[in-house]
Amino acid sequence: MKIVESINVSKTYQQGKVAVNALKNVNLTIEKGEFMALAGPSGSGKTTLLNLIGGLDLPGEGKIIVNGNDYSKMNPSQLAELRLFKIGFVFQAYNLIPVLSAVENVEYVMLLQGAPEKERKEKAERILDEVGLGDKYSRRPNELSGGQQQRVAVARAIVSNPAIVLADEPTANLDSKTGDGLLTLMKKINEKKQVTFIFSTHDRMVMEYAARMVHIRDGQVAEDTKK
Amino acid sequence: MHFKLPWRNLWRNPRRTLIIMAAVIIGVWSMVFLSALMRGMSENMFENGISILTGDLQIHQKGYRSDPVIENSMSNPGEVKRVLAETLPEGARWASRIRVNAIAQNARHSAGITFVGVDPDKEKYVSFIKPAAVSEGKYLSEGDQRRILVGKALLEKFETRIGHKIVIMAQDTNGEIASKAFRIGGVFRSELSSTEKQYVFVSKDAAKELLRLSSGISEFAVLLEDHKRVDQIAGRIAEKLPEGYEVHTWKDLLPMMKAWTAMIDGFNLIWYVVVFIAMGFGIINTLLMAVYERMREFGMLKALGMKPVWIIRNVLCESFYILFLGIVIGDIIGLLSLAPLFQSGLDLSAMAVGAEMAGLSRVIFPSLNPNDMILANTVVLFSGLLVTLYPAVEAARITPVEAMMKT
Ligand SMILES: Nc1ncnc2c1ncn2[C@@H]1O[C@H](COP(=O)(O)OP(=O)(O)OP(=O)(O)O)[C@@H](O)[C@H]1O
Ligand SMILES: [Mg+2]
Repeated sequence: MKIVESINVSKTYQQGKVAVNALKNVNLTIEKGEFMALAGPSGSGKTTLLNLIGGLDLPGEGKIIVNGNDYSKMNPSQLAELRLFKIGFVFQAYNLIPVLSAVENVEYVMLLQGAPEKERKEKAERILDEVGLGDKYSRRPNELSGGQQQRVAVARAIVSNPAIVLADEPTANLDSKTGDGLLTLMKKINEKKQVTFIFSTHDRMVMEYAARMVHIRDGQVAEDTKK
Repeated sequence: MHFKLPWRNLWRNPRRTLIIMAAVIIGVWSMVFLSALMRGMSENMFENGISILTGDLQIHQKGYRSDPVIENSMSNPGEVKRVLAETLPEGARWASRIRVNAIAQNARHSAGITFVGVDPDKEKYVSFIKPAAVSEGKYLSEGDQRRILVGKALLEKFETRIGHKIVIMAQDTNGEIASKAFRIGGVFRSELSSTEKQYVFVSKDAAKELLRLSSGISEFAVLLEDHKRVDQIAGRIAEKLPEGYEVHTWKDLLPMMKAWTAMIDGFNLIWYVVVFIAMGFGIINTLLMAVYERMREFGMLKALGMKPVWIIRNVLCESFYILFLGIVIGDIIGLLSLAPLFQSGLDLSAMAVGAEMAGLSRVIFPSLNPNDMILANTVVLFSGLLVTLYPAVEAARITPVEAMMKT
């Protein structure tokens, strides 16, 4: 089942007087349950592609279809709704609300989704147990290590069973051992729950985890390999 | 958690929160304090003003006001009394007087004064000239022929004492100069020394005799229980009175006081505007700073699917907490700072001359009107929330992509 389709997608940014073609004619299909890495040098367009798939930005040309929703036919509020319920995000940093504890950070998305209080708390605690933070519910982000913070972000991303989880360089701020741990966790969740993960990275080690690797170069898909 | 998150966000930068809150507190405190003081002054001025014989309204013969001579007195006061009896609401009091300009004289001094003949038993309910105002000697009694009440300041100016004589000279009904010696039977005090110098009081009978007047009356003064109804009641009286009379309210009789009270209200308004502007800019500035610092976070929340209205709501909620706490604390400090003044009043004797010109007592008591407080609180709350909209909308407008570029 196709979960993400990128059809002839191009994106051009205007940097002053210069037009930068961040993406050129990208065609990509991602199936449900994939664990996919976007690799490529800095400036190649990984973040741009993830932002387009996440509906954070709109393509200049082409179509993005996620979980059957054609973004070009949706207004900003519908896109927000889709992100809220169907897409999980893990960013490189600044993922969490600093004044909320780990469990509250996970609960907050569910609050935005309108889940009842009791359900929120139960689910948030259960998911934190799953990512190995069962003893750190009430820690604030600044009382957690970088790796632990990213685990909370992963927990938040998957708590409401999204169609896809997008992670833009989730390990970039972590040392390699912690990064490994995070990838292992994501892989485990991917296998257990069939959640689709799409993440970007520069890191060769991290790429090793991916079942499918898409190389981007100069805004184009240069290589697409499956293990 | 809707309410927990904004509350915790407040304390991310406690210093900044406390600074805005301090601005709100000072604003509210100053509004409560000043408006109570100003209202106290205004009420004091009003009460002094109307108690110095004016009352809420007066009735005269047409022409008396422009030429207050004895010829312009009312020859048939009975018909006025009848109208008053019919129209005045319960609790209202009236008194009639004979009043002429005259000269007071003793062996050493003389001075122009206003000579007033009163019904002591009625007058005491209408104006300041009542037994309580008499500091030495005794108040007048009905039919007193020789006794006169003079003010303390006049007594001192004339270097005389109680029991001594004072001669009053005035034009009588026939246009002749009449004079008579009275014995100082009592000394009255007033809030204002100018009043003590201006008026002398005798019984109406004594005044009639001096002025060779049979039944004439110079004026009727009416004191109402509810001062706000003065225009309505004055209108009703004027309607019922036959031709030849004039009804004036205190607003006509004391135009200066009307101006003063309007000025005090205006001052309050100006102060509200000043507070609004100072506080408004403070709030906008600090909240904008707070919001810009957190742009990445707002961008992240929007990426997660948070709608812009939610962000606006959260920022407004933060501002509401600050405003609400500031208002409550400002009110409390306002009340606490007024408390000693309710007891002892504010002593204005240091600027007694200026204050007296304005018709103010030497000591002013603040007057707390719940409506003033509610108004001050509402003005601060709503103007505060209104200006918060700007930073709130700024926060809601950030896109995740823009926010992520800010490192
Ligand atoms: N908002 C923007 N405005 C202008 N140019 C942009 C914007 N976002 C990206 N670009 C440009 O588009 C190109 C692709 O950028 P992108 O961030 O997608 O690369 P990336 O592969 O994620 O790089 P990195 O590995 O450094 O994160 C770059 O040349 C970048 O300068
Ligand atoms: Mg990138």
